[in-house]
Amino acid sequence: MISMLKTLWLVFKHAFHKRVTIQYPEEKAYLAPRYRGRIILSRDPDGGERCVACYLCAVACPVDCIALDSAEDEHGRRYPGMFRINFSRCIYCGFCEEACPTYAIQLVPDVEMAEYNRQNMVYEKEHLLIDGQGKYHGYNYYKVAGLAIGGKGKGEAENEDPPIDPKSLM
Amino acid sequence: MATLHIDGNPYEADPRQNMLQVSLTHGFDLPYFCWHPALGSVGACRQCAVRQYRNEDDQQGQIVMACMVPAAEGTRISIQDEEAREFRKSIVEWLMINHPHDCPVCDEGGECHLQDMTVMTGHAYRRFRFRKRTFTNQDLGPFINHEMNRCIQCYRCVRYYKDYAGGRDLDAFASHNHVYFGRSEDGVLENEFSGNLVEVCPTGVFTDKTLKGHYTRKWDLQSAPSVCAHCGLGCNTLPGARYGGVRRILNRYHHDINGYFLCDRGRYAYESVNRPERIRHPLLHEDAHDTDTHSKPEFCSVDHALKRARDRLHSARRVIGIGSPRASLESNYALRALVGEDHFHNGLPAAESHLVNVALDILRHGPAKAASLREIEEADAVLILGEDLTQTAPRMALAVRQSIMRAPEETARALGVPAWNDRAVRDVIQTDRGPLYIAAADETRLDDAATSVVYRAPEDLARFGFAIARAVHGDAPPVDDLPEEDAAVAQRAAEALANAKRPVIISGTSLGNESLLRAAANIAWALLRREKPAALAWVVPEANTFGAGLMGGRPLREAYQAVSSGAADTAIILENDLFRRTHDVDVERFLQSLKSVIAIDSLRNRTTDRAHVVLPAGTFAESDGTFVNNETRAQRFFQVLAPEEDVLESWRWLGHLESGTAPSEEPRWKELDDVLAAMARDLPELAGARDAAPAADFLKNGSKFPRSPRRFSGRTAMLAHRDVSEPKPPVDSDSPLTFSMEGSVTIPPAELVSHYWSPGWNSVQALNKFQEEVGGANRGGAPGVRLIEPEKATHSFFTDIPAAFTRSDQKYLVLGLHHIFGSEELSRHAPALAERIPEPYVAIGEADATARGVNEGDEIVLRILGRQHKLRARIRTRLPQGVLGVPAGFPGLTGLVFPADGHW
Ligand code: SF4
Ligand code: SF4
Ligand code: SF4
Ligand code: SF4
Ligand code: FES
Repeated sequence: MISMLKTLWLVFKHAFHKRVTIQYPEEKAYLAPRYRGRIILSRDPDGGERCVACYLCAVACPVDCIALDSAEDEHGRRYPGMFRINFSRCIYCGFCEEACPTYAIQLVPDVEMAEYNRQNMVYEKEHLLIDGQGKYHGYNYYKVAGLAIGGKGKGEAENEDPPIDPKSLM
Repeated sequence: MATLHIDGNPYEADPRQNMLQVSLTHGFDLPYFCWHPALGSVGACRQCAVRQYRNEDDQQGQIVMACMVPAAEGTRISIQDEEAREFRKSIVEWLMINHPHDCPVCDEGGECHLQDMTVMTGHAYRRFRFRKRTFTNQDLGPFINHEMNRCIQCYRCVRYYKDYAGGRDLDAFASHNHVYFGRSEDGVLENEFSGNLVEVCPTGVFTDKTLKGHYTRKWDLQSAPSVCAHCGLGCNTLPGARYGGVRRILNRYHHDINGYFLCDRGRYAYESVNRPERIRHPLLHEDAHDTDTHSKPEFCSVDHALKRARDRLHSARRVIGIGSPRASLESNYALRALVGEDHFHNGLPAAESHLVNVALDILRHGPAKAASLREIEEADAVLILGEDLTQTAPRMALAVRQSIMRAPEETARALGVPAWNDRAVRDVIQTDRGPLYIAAADETRLDDAATSVVYRAPEDLARFGFAIARAVHGDAPPVDDLPEEDAAVAQRAAEALANAKRPVIISGTSLGNESLLRAAANIAWALLRREKPAALAWVVPEANTFGAGLMGGRPLREAYQAVSSGAADTAIILENDLFRRTHDVDVERFLQSLKSVIAIDSLRNRTTDRAHVVLPAGTFAESDGTFVNNETRAQRFFQVLAPEEDVLESWRWLGHLESGTAPSEEPRWKELDDVLAAMARDLPELAGARDAAPAADFLKNGSKFPRSPRRFSGRTAMLAHRDVSEPKPPVDSDSPLTFSMEGSVTIPPAELVSHYWSPGWNSVQALNKFQEEVGGANRGGAPGVRLIEPEKATHSFFTDIPAAFTRSDQKYLVLGLHHIFGSEELSRHAPALAERIPEPYVAIGEADATARGVNEGDEIVLRILGRQHKLRARIRTRLPQGVLGVPAGFPGLTGLVFPADGHW
């Protein structure tokens, strides 16, 4: 009996609480930056494409909805020539982001992706690549990798000595 | 067998092995770098450390390198020992202090032995805070990419390249932690087996440059067991495909053939599959023979093309079929079944067809067996009669290079040095090498390894061979008037062969001389009469030359006659460019007199350009079929990718042509096994081909075997741009393989192995798990079935010794000189390989050049059979007088049957 009254009282009290239902879409919910929503490909601080087409996101994806194909510019910098995500399959688990060694692929707090036509859920690289760094600022993978690319020669990465001379014994 | 103890448990092992090999065979995950089953141990990397105990009571023991400990009776080691584990972990940590942060952009990533070993030892974080040492890279040519920063100084590359493959232009430079592996300066790696560095190097220093252009990770490559289509040896390969194209070739271990290594033709020819000159849709060309109209062939639908082709067949007076030594047994047989035995031609010029029959008859009726490449590798005396192996059967040259180590290894064994102890063996034998005698028309790439080389015209080479046979056994016919010099070498060669335990005689068809084959047979038979287990190894030019020979068709000449006599007016030409086989004039006349030409081929060529109907054939990568190699081993290759366009296997097209007129009618051949069964009934000699691999209904625990690796990615997105609902994977009714990642997870029979992978072993070294013992036989037996085994009876010696070569003032004898890069038809289309093809030339001996006042590079007009060839002269020191050489199979020089008479 007592517990029933308690419950009634509790419900009654809620009638005077602030309302949590919001009037979407006029009003938007707050989504934390780490929210796992729509996926983007970002750029490094120099404006170069961050993705190096390593295929790690694709292999990490439990539903196999990422497909890409690598390409290389004339200076040896690798990037995805094709990058496709089938969002009709994506479960927004964020494994791709965790697997990415370059911070290229990121899940952002945007959930407004509904479509009448499922085919429109297939995003190509042009729909994914943004102009900024996304959530992670300051990281430039090629600055720490040993590979030489245009504008960065051997021994010019962070924490590297200049190349040795193989013809010398010292 | 020895009994020894690993971590306290007893195991049986072969005492001729070392403890690393034994541990791996028994499934222990013991990390290693510098040891390689084909290269032996040097104990350089210190990665395979274990604790060894003297006996049961020894509690102390000592840390040793497992790869340097013989698997002797009673040996006790511990892999799990705490200190040994720490030791191994610290070794990887050292290797990693300078290692670049490259995995995501490293082509080795995902199949990197260094990654695997790092995970295996448990090293995870870099504690070293100082700067990394760096190197610059070299441009090593079109095949190999160099990224020196990733080197762990294991020395495998130079040991393979110099010690094993006989290369000279790769070395270790500098000292201490600066040791650099590369060439003395940038430039193309010259050795014809350089591509193996990709698999030998345990890191990403040497990677496949052609793969780099369309890079795909190992886990994404759909793959199937295949057989190299570019020479007669039948090396086993693992092509990997993605997005409708083949992206690379890896070695597929065959214990008796290629072992761990391929040649660069075999590894890099795959790009021909992806070329724009591929025929991907049927073509109709009604005015193909009307050279005035300049009409172009037009694409059409499959049904329409089949209808037109069938109409043409039905209205024909008689249809003849021209098969091909580069088409599978099944395709050749389907053609034979369609046109009838009497109208089937094997697609070879008469001379070559005859040579092939001579070679086959020697195996069929003689007592000598055909040697496998492994038997050549294990031979302790080798004679090569008239072949430049590196150019005509490249992988065999690599095998011969190993054979010269066999005799001196006996010295090391006598001293108690086991064969795997590579450095010690080399210290014992120094420059001592076993007998290798070469008789060739010109310098060969194996000359540096030979005991003696004689350079003669083909007839004289044959005479030299007959003289050896005579010296081995007195019943063999004598050779009159042999120059004294040759007689002396023949005597020495005969002694070396007769003193050997496992002699092998190598000869082949490349010089176009049947006496060479007979001489080789005589030598082998003479040795057999002296109770020496001599074996013969034939060199034939194409992947299915022996298959075409065993099929028993008529030579091309008879096809030409059938048409010129008016008996036949329609021809089906199967995967064969006739302009490469016989003289232009003959081919022109033949094609011109035909009412209908139906060609089935994969790449456009001059013959398909002249056909009324062209049907797009699958290459090796899009077909299932069987090739018969130089030891008459029938081996199956499977579709790597299901073709997307109208491409079909040739035998399927032929089945469609054979069914009635309605397009909807069932084709004659529904599955590969139908063709194989019919062939076995019709041609009992080829019945063994059916057993070359398990039939399509072979299942393991109710499942077929997957072509895709278990972690194949992108399945639901790869084709989503076309349709968001992914299509059903293609169904394969021809083989026990599926086009998906689902299926049996057990290790399949060796014929069906599509990738090497095992938990914790992502690199090619996962192969260890697919062998009976590490470095040994394929699990479940080596793939393929040998169709001819030797007869017990002895055969009487050939007595038709040719007359000595005589020079004439009016003409030269022109030989076809073969090139690993350029002489084979299909591989010429591969861009990286094409970069290595030399310019056409004419080789002139020094004496002739001086007599005619010709210098290197001068232009010469050579007339052969009325055709003029403008070629630059290459002066050769060894080419005999009166003999010229031109590169075989090069544009402008095709259709010549060598040896030919040349005038200049
Ligand atoms: S969020 Fe998960 S399901 Fe979606 S693409 Fe990334 S890994 Fe795949
Ligand atoms: S994991 Fe990152 S860098 Fe690698 S392919 Fe995916 S997005 Fe690109
Ligand atoms: S060699 Fe191996 S460990 Fe080194 S960067 Fe390449 S994949 Fe990574
Ligand atoms: S290049 Fe490769 S094979 Fe050669 S020493 Fe370095 S890691 Fe070893
Ligand atoms: S594998 Fe034993 S020391 Fe290198």
